[in-house]
Amino acid sequence: MNEFVETLLEIPWHEPKRAYDVIVIGGGGHGLSAAYHLAERHGITNVAVIEGNYIGSGNSGRNTTIIRSNYGVPESVRFYQHSVDLYRRLEEETGCWIMHSTRGLMWRVHTASGMRGERARAMLNTACGTDTYMIGPDEARKLCPQLDVTGGGRYEVRGGSYHPGGASARHDRVVWAYAQGAAQRGVHIIQHTPVTGLLQSPDGSRVTGVMTPSGPISAGMVLSAVGGNVTKVMDMAGVRIPVRTHPLQAFVTNAFAPEFPSIVSSLELLTYVSQTARGQLLMGAEFEAQPTYSMQTSFSTLANVSAKVAVILPFVKGLRILRQWTGICDVSADFSPIMGPTGVDGLCVTTGWGTWGFKAIPASGEQLAEYIATGSVPSLIRPFGLERFAADHPLADQGSTGTR
Amino acid sequence: MRDLHCPNCGGRSRDEFSFGGELPTIPDSVTNVEARNVDYVWFFDNLDGASTERWFHDGGCRRWLTVQRDTHRDVVVER
Repeated sequence: MNEFVETLLEIPWHEPKRAYDVIVIGGGGHGLSAAYHLAERHGITNVAVIEGNYIGSGNSGRNTTIIRSNYGVPESVRFYQHSVDLYRRLEEETGCWIMHSTRGLMWRVHTASGMRGERARAMLNTACGTDTYMIGPDEARKLCPQLDVTGGGRYEVRGGSYHPGGASARHDRVVWAYAQGAAQRGVHIIQHTPVTGLLQSPDGSRVTGVMTPSGPISAGMVLSAVGGNVTKVMDMAGVRIPVRTHPLQAFVTNAFAPEFPSIVSSLELLTYVSQTARGQLLMGAEFEAQPTYSMQTSFSTLANVSAKVAVILPFVKGLRILRQWTGICDVSADFSPIMGPTGVDGLCVTTGWGTWGFKAIPASGEQLAEYIATGSVPSLIRPFGLERFAADHPLADQGSTGTR
Repeated sequence: MRDLHCPNCGGRSRDEFSFGGELPTIPDSVTNVEARNVDYVWFFDNLDGASTERWFHDGGCRRWLTVQRDTHRDVVVER
């Protein structure tokens, strides 16, 4: 069986009802995961997921499908470790094959200062319950035989950190697994219906629903699980958020037979490479510095990233590039996600997923569902609230984003 | 693509410049001094359209310039 075999994805069309208990804006992984967990864990099934395009058409379909938890602040390590654990159980839980494979993630380092930073991260990870340890160049080559540890003479691999829990999964199938699980439990997934506005109480203190081209729909709670366009949705309720929308490009090569065992990324060259289940080599780099909503791809990115990857993995010179794409990422001011209430009643948000959102899909959905069901923010995501900026408790973790 | 015009060097490739951030604006609705400070430090307009920005010509004359960029299409509209 391969991934080209169609799954039996049955998402019935529902005419939107006039009112729901919960409306989720955005039918990507995060929105559908929240809806699934609301129905599955808390029995709240009067839920609608409203998606402007088709499900998984945004950043859920444009990411590089890496699952890991080697972050640089304790709050993030715990949160992402929980997500890695949930991913491991996802196939069993939903009965859907998501092509999950744990293969280990190697973070190469080329400088002495990089080694210090990685050692600190490995120790922090260990202390917080995530397995990350330091390796030398010989071990790196044993884990990934294709690696040129001399780095073409310029980027010699001094060592690196190894995160055995690093995994990957098929992005579409994760979205479909949650969509199917939610739909089976009675959640309405309403595709091709953009949200054009938020309904508010007369004094503006409370969000009471959403406006769509087919009319207003009221809701007890609205969750914004929107990607790059989150600022526009928050503007509708007058909520300011510390997020900028940056483009991030990635591309794949043709498929090849020799197995490329682990996920390899480089701290100084800012690239990451993994082999997809189809055998294609998936490469990406950092997001671009200037904010934009444009999904234009550029040749300069393609050329830069290819050149950087070819330094460490010379065999890629023989491969051809098949596809290139751009996602628009919601990047927060401190490079950590933002989850929880917005300060306006009836509206909560999950955003700031920038270039690290795919790995968090199960945990973010589970925790936000608990918040919506119980009304209190679970301790795992309490540090990630929007109020941390005013309280001067940012979770600055740029180094762990793997992209910059 | 010579899409950025430097007052000193003329039309040059975007690759020579680096993004230095938008000119910060704080909405008038934020009146509390503390809240205005938080907004100034952390928050962004994240406009989808014409945005006034500072760019640095680090691959040329190494001076700052102000440009108007359409963030919807990622092209400079006025210099």
